[in-house]
Amino acid sequence: MNKLISIDEAVDMIKDGMTIMVGGFLGCGNPHKIIDKLVEKNVKDLTLICNDSSFPDYGVGKLVVNHQIKKLIASHVGTNPETGRQMNAGEMEVVLVPQGTLAEQVRAGGAGLGGILTPTGVGTVIEEGKQKITVDGVEYLLEKPLKADVALISGQKVDKFGNIVYFGATRNFNTLMATAADTVIVEACEIVEVGDLDPNDVVTPGIFVDYIVDGGAN
Amino acid sequence: MDKNEIKAFIAKRVAKELKDGDVVNLGIGLPTMVANYIPEGMNIFLQSENGFIGLGPAPEPGKEDMRIVNAGGQPVTIIPGGAFFDSATSFTIIRGGHVDMTVLGALQVDEKGNLANWMIPGKMVPGMGGAMDLVTGAKKVIIAMEHTAKGAPKILKECTLPLTAAHQVDMIITEMGVMEVTDKGIVLKEINPEFTIEDVQNSTEAELIIAEDLKKMEI
Repeated sequence: MNKLISIDEAVDMIKDGMTIMVGGFLGCGNPHKIIDKLVEKNVKDLTLICNDSSFPDYGVGKLVVNHQIKKLIASHVGTNPETGRQMNAGEMEVVLVPQGTLAEQVRAGGAGLGGILTPTGVGTVIEEGKQKITVDGVEYLLEKPLKADVALISGQKVDKFGNIVYFGATRNFNTLMATAADTVIVEACEIVEVGDLDPNDVVTPGIFVDYIVDGGAN
Repeated sequence: MDKNEIKAFIAKRVAKELKDGDVVNLGIGLPTMVANYIPEGMNIFLQSENGFIGLGPAPEPGKEDMRIVNAGGQPVTIIPGGAFFDSATSFTIIRGGHVDMTVLGALQVDEKGNLANWMIPGKMVPGMGGAMDLVTGAKKVIIAMEHTAKGAPKILKECTLPLTAAHQVDMIITEMGVMEVTDKGIVLKEINPEFTIEDVQNSTEAELIIAEDLKKMEI
């Protein structure tokens, strides 16, 4: 089973109108090389699920600036003024979700759960249109799972089976998104042979990963 | 005091609330400054919601690693004993009651402990990031901010902006004083001697309850 593909082959799997998840937090842990190629190929009308819309010239922020996003599901968009502009002009739909809720929605999507109950957002506009469930006298919001057609994630060291070791603060949503999409593509800073990673260090098991792209050192 | 002195004054007073061994999450802006005033010898574990605990100071110039950044995307360091984790674990810490104290700014806060700090409809919609989870899950929520917005009260009878969370604020610290949110309303516990009680009340829309043992605000 050969999971290694080129960046072009990876981006060719992403079609207009698809829902994609992209790991990362303000660009840290974004798969930067795949994103750059996605900008170059100008895939359109994407629904993007990502923690944030990063900065205009860094990571997923470039997809927003290039008008490739039809709908954005994120917890924070304040660092990319273009997101706010497109949102206010009605050019892009933006759904803002509390960060902890977004993480759990993605986890639920990957874990086969029907949703999660969270106290976050009770008594705020976030509860509008959502089912409220009281458990032992405490009110929770039912938040539904999120899934995607393709997840684009990044890893520091990845073996040829797709086992992933992360570095620093880059894991954020990457570990969760690896479980929640039909096709999972990891951009590796370094690709190693199967057996080179200590199984004790592996954070994302390779069974979650469909394809591996060589991103080189970021 | 000029604006920077006011912010430093507030941050210093917030730092006095820290207890040895606390897990603390500091919001962006003024709250971040609290890290500069952690009392010597006190072990505080700063949590960074993007995925680690043990947030250290900014790296020396030239030693920045963009894989180790804070929740504002700026390069930082991690202290010995720190740990990295993913966003689900990060918010397990935050929402699950494992954060002893969070310090955040506010656009508005009211006498019922409601907080609004994530959007101004039609003007500014940056998103809530981790703020809603933090305010909901942290054991103690401190609002650290300038008392008014260019003279307009921010401590209100009732917030008019969309809420970040309902009934979660425990304490408000400003350049004028230290206030506690109670079932009966907002109690002024400490006052900066540069101001009178009347000054503080005139800058506050909510009716203040003056603590019987009102103390001088010291840093």
